[in-house]
Amino acid sequence: MMNDPVFTTIDANEAAARIAYLCSEVIAIYPITPASPMGEWADEWAAGGKPNLWGTVPQVIEMQSEGGAAGAIHGALQAGALATTFTASQGLLLMLPNMFKIAGELTPAVFHIAARALAAQGLSIFGDHSDVMTARSTGWVLLSSASVQEAQDFALISHAATLEARVPFLHFFDGFRTSHEVNKIAVIDEATVRTMLDETLISRHRAHALTPDHPVIRGTAQNPDVYFQARETVNPYYAAAPAIIQRAMDRFAALTGRAYQLYEYHGAPDAERVIVLMGSAAEAAHETVDYLNAHGEKVGILKVRLYRPFDAAGLVAALPLSVERIAVLDRCKEPGSAGEPLYQDVVTALFEQWEGRPPRAVGGRYGLSSKEFTPAMIKAVFDNLNAPQPKNHFTVGITDDVGNTSLAFDPDFSVEPDSVVRALFYGLGADGTVGANKNSIKIIGENTPNYAQGYFVYDSKKSGSMTVSHLRFGPNPIRSNYLISKANFVACHQPIFLERYDVLADAVEGGTFLLNTPYPPEAVWENLPRIAQQHILNKHLRVYVIDAVKVAKEAGMAGRINTVMQVCFFAVSGVLPREEAIAEIKDSIAKTYGRKGEEIVEQNLRAVDQTLAHLYEMPVPAAVSATLELIPAISDDAPPFVRGVLGEMLARRGDLLPVSAMPVDGTYPSGTAQYEKRNLANEIPVWDPNVCIQCGKCAMVCPHAVIRIKAYEPDALADAPATFKATDAKDTEWHGLKYTIQVAPEDCTGCALCVDVCPAKNKTAANLKAINMRPQPPLRDAERDNWAFFTQIPELDRRSIKVSSIRQQQVQQPLFEFSGACAGCGETPYLKLISQLFGDRAIVANATGCSSIYGGNLPTTPWAKNNDGRGPAWANSLFEDNAEFGLGMRVAVDKQVEYAQELLIGLEAEIGSELAQSLLKADQHDEAGIYEQRQRVAALKTRLDALVGDGNTATPHEASLQSDLLRLRDVADYLVKKDVWIVGGDGWAYDIGFGGLDHVFASGRNVNILVMDTEVYSNTGGQMSKATPRAAVAKFAAGGKPLGKKDLGMIAMGYGHVYVARVAMGAKDEQTLRAFLEAQAYNGPSLIIAYSHCIAHGINMSTAMRNQKAAVDSGQWLLYRYNPDKHSEGEHPLTLDSRTPKLPLIEYLRMENRFRMLELSKPDVARELFAQAQEDVRLQWALYEYLASRPVNGGGK
Amino acid sequence: MIDLSTNYLGMTLRSPLVVSACPLSEKLENIQRMEAAGAAAVVLYSLFEEQIRQEREAMHHYMVYGTESFAEALTYFPEPDIYHAGTEDYLRLIENARKTVGIPIIGSLNGTTPGSWVKFARKMESAGAHALELNIYSIPTDVHESGETVEANMLEIVSAVKAAISIPVAVKLSPFFSNLAHTAHKLAVAGADGLVLFNRFYQPDIDLETLEVVPNVLLSTPQALRLPLTWVALLFGRVHTDLAATSGIHTGHDVIKMMMAGANVTMMASALLRSGIEHLGVVEMGMRKWMEEHDYASVRQMRGSVSQMNAADPSAFERAQYIRSLKTYQPRVS
Repeated sequence: MMNDPVFTTIDANEAAARIAYLCSEVIAIYPITPASPMGEWADEWAAGGKPNLWGTVPQVIEMQSEGGAAGAIHGALQAGALATTFTASQGLLLMLPNMFKIAGELTPAVFHIAARALAAQGLSIFGDHSDVMTARSTGWVLLSSASVQEAQDFALISHAATLEARVPFLHFFDGFRTSHEVNKIAVIDEATVRTMLDETLISRHRAHALTPDHPVIRGTAQNPDVYFQARETVNPYYAAAPAIIQRAMDRFAALTGRAYQLYEYHGAPDAERVIVLMGSAAEAAHETVDYLNAHGEKVGILKVRLYRPFDAAGLVAALPLSVERIAVLDRCKEPGSAGEPLYQDVVTALFEQWEGRPPRAVGGRYGLSSKEFTPAMIKAVFDNLNAPQPKNHFTVGITDDVGNTSLAFDPDFSVEPDSVVRALFYGLGADGTVGANKNSIKIIGENTPNYAQGYFVYDSKKSGSMTVSHLRFGPNPIRSNYLISKANFVACHQPIFLERYDVLADAVEGGTFLLNTPYPPEAVWENLPRIAQQHILNKHLRVYVIDAVKVAKEAGMAGRINTVMQVCFFAVSGVLPREEAIAEIKDSIAKTYGRKGEEIVEQNLRAVDQTLAHLYEMPVPAAVSATLELIPAISDDAPPFVRGVLGEMLARRGDLLPVSAMPVDGTYPSGTAQYEKRNLANEIPVWDPNVCIQCGKCAMVCPHAVIRIKAYEPDALADAPATFKATDAKDTEWHGLKYTIQVAPEDCTGCALCVDVCPAKNKTAANLKAINMRPQPPLRDAERDNWAFFTQIPELDRRSIKVSSIRQQQVQQPLFEFSGACAGCGETPYLKLISQLFGDRAIVANATGCSSIYGGNLPTTPWAKNNDGRGPAWANSLFEDNAEFGLGMRVAVDKQVEYAQELLIGLEAEIGSELAQSLLKADQHDEAGIYEQRQRVAALKTRLDALVGDGNTATPHEASLQSDLLRLRDVADYLVKKDVWIVGGDGWAYDIGFGGLDHVFASGRNVNILVMDTEVYSNTGGQMSKATPRAAVAKFAAGGKPLGKKDLGMIAMGYGHVYVARVAMGAKDEQTLRAFLEAQAYNGPSLIIAYSHCIAHGINMSTAMRNQKAAVDSGQWLLYRYNPDKHSEGEHPLTLDSRTPKLPLIEYLRMENRFRMLELSKPDVARELFAQAQEDVRLQWALYEYLASRPVNGGGK
Repeated sequence: MIDLSTNYLGMTLRSPLVVSACPLSEKLENIQRMEAAGAAAVVLYSLFEEQIRQEREAMHHYMVYGTESFAEALTYFPEPDIYHAGTEDYLRLIENARKTVGIPIIGSLNGTTPGSWVKFARKMESAGAHALELNIYSIPTDVHESGETVEANMLEIVSAVKAAISIPVAVKLSPFFSNLAHTAHKLAVAGADGLVLFNRFYQPDIDLETLEVVPNVLLSTPQALRLPLTWVALLFGRVHTDLAATSGIHTGHDVIKMMMAGANVTMMASALLRSGIEHLGVVEMGMRKWMEEHDYASVRQMRGSVSQMNAADPSAFERAQYIRSLKTYQPRVS
């Protein structure tokens, strides 16, 4: 019996996860964007004791990688459980080996996939079908959902049908576009789920389980005699699968009223042109087809739901007989193929199944990495089919001026009806805009008959990022799953965006503009940039203004303007009657915040009540009067590529860049972050030379390398700007030099870590230090000039810097600067230190994670080079392989060094013995040695050039010699020392990459490994890793981590030949510096495990170095160095750098929300785990103290 | 047979030994030990509304901090189903203590807004508290706020709480009023059933190495007894409320002095923090010994016997005495 549906507004991840959870007993999870939320939901539900369909809470287990998750699921299925997992992209690739097995064994299973691009010339977290298409040969069903509603419905159809088909299912929907789109859907009730799942089939699955009670064996090794035949046994199951799935769809339709076909045609019954496609694009195409047919065309689309097993007959049968031309669209790229996969399959199907002469089919690519796919592009595809010679193997959505594959389209073409409210909101990550918008969608979607949709676009930077919310509301289901370009409502929640972006470009005639501004209504106009004024006048926009910051502040919600702006939206958009809307907002505030405390509710309610009195309609003058222009996205002195390509991306015009603008192989210049002036900080540090003791700590901890120090000859001050500060250098070795600490005002994020660590106090006011935060705007211009002057002051000769002293070492130029890491990041100071100490000779292998994102996410990147053009060469391979990736670099460098030396020996006579021998015997252990070797290599190159001469050779001997000279010239630079740094987070080192890391330890090769240990998967939103300490609450450990942290250092020390250090810059910066120097000096594998505070700890990032200190003082984080070289010197290799723990652990734990949360959510569990954690500290200290005090070599130290 | 029993806030207690609000009562197990060691009643640790409020705000802040900014990490924490706010733990402690021990349990409250005092007072009453102690204490730093306003606010809180609940209410005071006697009288009129003299408040220190202001909780010394002793003696018989003496009660002799000055009960924390909960037994033994030696049959007998009203030299409690004592003191030094 069909009930009236209950509606909810959720995204596809939640919708699919809910069904998967209900239908499963074992759920293996691992974080990967954009599928992570599915695992997070499962873990949260299990932690909260939510039962599955059979009244029991599923076992949710986090694995060390997707490969591990697939293995665990394979085992769980073999052992008779109903099992599922969630993944995307490279994660799915890691599951492939098991998927072949699971399918080969005819095992019912469902994996839910938020389909995502694969890393090729660059990584992308965004959606396309590259990942699922690589799984098309695994023998799994590939079932595609196009919308949030379908993601829920097909999840259930998958779980139901797999039991009958005995073929495993890959249920996928488009990453971000569907996985993260919030939409109003009809909820499947549990009774429907129960009816869909056939208990007798579940019994059959259980009966098939491996059990010693009736043992069988699976996973045999088969030989040429039978493997082939055995492979063919499964054919009937694949032949039967499409009908089984369709039957499941039909049963589902009977229960819910939502009918689906495996190949569903929509459009004119007599259509001549048809697009075949799958995934979310089908929704936009559906909408466009309706529009075009209403305007006299005869077109249609065929939505492919079932891609594997590919039912060729079913697909062809679904096409209207009238069709003459077909465009098959693939959301992936298969370079070098005869066409993309869906295209090839459709062509084959037409060839095999069409009666008579099949329609003409062309193939094209669209939408890679969530590239927009709009009605305009769909129309272009139909238009192409109208051409006498339709373009085949085309692309749509980009300008391909290299291969000329792209179809032109009219960006102004729109099919959206007027009945849909289309609203755009520009917010700052921290201001709560997205949260408020999600709430508005809920209010409208769940309390009115209207449909609602929300999609959110985020920045690639982690600090100070802009969010753009795209919201639609209307009386009919919303299929427009592309960004809004015709907005009848635009809200700008942060006035600064108006200065930088053409915020009103997408507003339509007669639309409404809502602006949060500090100016009173009568003063707003004159403070708008010219382009905004023009839009307002040309489009006759109504403008409403409010000082939301003030209202929020008065309500006690400093900085969180979300509620205020939400009230304004409802007040001026007219989506709901004003009073009704306000009542709903208040109701929703009580629901959302009620459990968090009355004061939170009260603050929000106060904000609601005070809003309308401060909301004004701004009078619009008759003419443009602006004096302000948009601030350029990139500085004028940027090189052409940076301006023309990266600058366009920064200006949000990257979509318009043609193929020819892009590097062909993913290679980009380094040091480009310096050209992007983000001006994020409200306050910046200001140096007080009179108080400063010149310790260098402020520069050392600065996560963004915006505090720089130079010591220099006094004459460099000759043309200094008036406000440029300098004082005498205090270091005795710098007698006679001047000293300056300079801040880069436009690059600073305002995190204030520098101020917190400054040890110098002003003697007349203890709240002042040698560096103090002051408002940025009044300082900006002067400090910009000072910064420019500062940068041209010569660097101190590296040979003269005593690197073991922080105050001297910190004058070394950072070659990692202005990254997009979170303000106050705990990782970046370590990377910056590497770049200062060894950057001019470092190759960096960077595991995927936070560091690869703030280190390598376009448009601009932080790894830089010095005035000689040298600097860290950086690359990211994958998440799981980083140790091996770095080892490969080391082996390659070593080989080329070896080869260069061999050539040098062979050419000694020609080159000259003295130069050759000095090159071969060079001591490069310090800066001076490296400097001299560089000089020798320069001399060698000069000599080689002279010897090569004009390149003419007379004899074979001369030709051979010539070749060797040229070969030596190619590899000569390798004669100068190169350091390999392998860097990444704990998710890589402790979990997914541990196997490789372990192998690199065992290799004995001279690589330096830095693990920036945030104790969670930070980049994907704080999931538990094996580095997570006991009692911490994290995603995937919603109930608090019950077990202790893995001791990675101890494992590495077990080899005996690995240098190991545990450091925490905020606790003992000198020990950190020493460890980095020793690790680099050690001729073998070195491992530095660095405590990296993180936004995912729930801490005050401005004072986060205190958390590091507390972690060390409490004994939670032990500082030590294990140097195998000491052993050979008869000393004990292990040095404990921590003192006996003196701070009760609970005092440290209570400083961080990750622990505090457990006390608030599960006080009894917290008491027990906190006590165990204190015991961990005691035992760890006892063990290390014991080890460090053991005699070495029968009585050494 | 020596009778140690006394009355306080309408309750008959087996002795004047009451545990004052301190961290020891955070654990139920300690409350059981207090009863076993002879405590006649326990004032639970203070529920600081501001602290709970700050913790919840901090929790909310860190739950949303950095969220919805970056596509891969839209949040950083799982959202728990339940938050145990500090108040719930406190109320649960009252309930559990009521179930586990037989001695009266007195709730202690430090609120921030007039409404919140009443709200939490009601909750504590519902949870089963026998009585309530209002820990009305703040440092007025506004130069425009008069002493009258401060006192008026205090009286308003007491009246409001009294009107809202039916269990007895004591008020814990600071000694700093222009005329404490008048303030005490007005509190009695406002409905206070008892006055607790005095609050030991937070007095920060300066760390000379870091130049930072640091919290520095000082435990009371026996000398601290003098101030409450003076005021108990002065107020006894003058205000119509019970009197509880706290600060500097470390021995049986101290208790007896306070009883003689006019206290209904004495309250201890520092001595227990220093010497352990079982120190209550030592104090009781000291009382009994002194009473046996001096042939006292009950504490009721001695209560107020050396208050100002009943002292041989009433002026000895007054200010003039201070001058004389200095005079008598000086020659000994020289």
